[in-house]
Amino acid sequence: MINKKINTVQQAVEGVKDGMTLMLGGFGLCGIPENAIAELVKLGVKNLTCISNNAGVDEFGLGLLLQQRQIKKMISSYVGENDEFERQMLSGELEVELTPQGTLAEKCRAAQAGFPAFYTPAGYGTEVAEGKESREFNGKMHILEKAFEADFAFVKAWKGDEAGNLIFKGTARNFNPCMCGAAKITVVEVEELVPAGELDPNQIHIPGIFVQRIFQGETFEKRIEQRTVRQR
Amino acid sequence: MLDKNGIAKRIAREVKDGYYVNLGIGIPTLVANFVRDDIEVEFQSENGVLGMGPFPFEGEEDADIINAGKQTITTLPGASFFDSATSFAMIRGKHVDLTILGAMEVAENGDIANWKIPGKMVKGMGGAMDLVASAENIIVAMMHTNKRGESKLLKKCSLPLTGVGCVKKIVTNLAVLEVVESGFKLLERAPGVSVEEIDKATEGNLIIEGDIPEMKLL
Repeated sequence: MINKKINTVQQAVEGVKDGMTLMLGGFGLCGIPENAIAELVKLGVKNLTCISNNAGVDEFGLGLLLQQRQIKKMISSYVGENDEFERQMLSGELEVELTPQGTLAEKCRAAQAGFPAFYTPAGYGTEVAEGKESREFNGKMHILEKAFEADFAFVKAWKGDEAGNLIFKGTARNFNPCMCGAAKITVVEVEELVPAGELDPNQIHIPGIFVQRIFQGETFEKRIEQRTVRQR
Repeated sequence: MLDKNGIAKRIAREVKDGYYVNLGIGIPTLVANFVRDDIEVEFQSENGVLGMGPFPFEGEEDADIINAGKQTITTLPGASFFDSATSFAMIRGKHVDLTILGAMEVAENGDIANWKIPGKMVKGMGGAMDLVASAENIIVAMMHTNKRGESKLLKKCSLPLTGVGCVKKIVTNLAVLEVVESGFKLLERAPGVSVEEIDKATEGNLIIEGDIPEMKLL
């Protein structure tokens, strides 16, 4: 067994430097690597490019890095829930590259799987296609999208073992599996870290080969963005 | 004239037995409330769930189970969870039978704009560009006019596009329309709405052939 376990959140962010490109899993606040984000805030690294579907909210998630002006550029599909984000974007302090959600996921998966680029119909004929090659396949137009290149991927899984094998829960899965192995170093935080052999190999969502570091997060606040309920 | 629930009710009639359906945020979300009980339908949410159920009872919310609108939800028997790339494989690969989404503008050639108002609102396209580029069966749910009373069914979209030539059907508070080669073909009128009122509220070319029936809601 190749042991990927690290013991502290400080080790999780070791090697993150100013100007690097980071992938961060999560959809809204669901399934975000909250322990790593908190540590990146403490580390104070600046001029980051962050690839993440959303940009958190003002007080939580990537919003914490935005408040400290640590992010130079965001690559996301939807950024609607964050006032500070909007302010920085409209004032030009923050560069934003909006990317269709399926394209964003596939740019991660392409990086993971070793494809340099792929064609997709999403965005053809729109602003997203500007400056990109286009080509017709089977009578339909597609645009060429390139795989992401990132230094670190910060991922959140439900359970993991010391070998780096991962199991996700619910819709907290989202972009997390696509980002594993899609950056030079993949760092995973889990709610429960168990010794190798305790997880059923049949139930593994992501094999440990895609993971370089794994640790059990100290706390998971798991904030809910829109609490919707029905009456009994 | 219909309210938002009325639009959702009319669209629910387009949902057929055995369909996998993706619902956008806003009016489309309401469609789930009006789908007939005697048919089997599964709702897909692009953040990674198929077989979405109603909102949870109070105290049973799970932060790890949400829809694309970031609302807490439940799942029904037969549901599954998956990652974002798999989710868009379902969409791009045309495995989802029906996509219902909102729009700011639709043009008579089927172009749609719903993600950006330059200088004002830039929230992003989310999954809308992937959905409209791939789905073969797209219904737009929207009000016929905007808050200033201007038509949202145009000759040409003025806002940045989400997709080109992709909308086939539109259900508004006034009418059901089909996008055909020469413009918006009027199929049905909302209860109590005249053809003249629809014509007045439609900037793009409106095609009126024969008697236009009033829509049935249930």
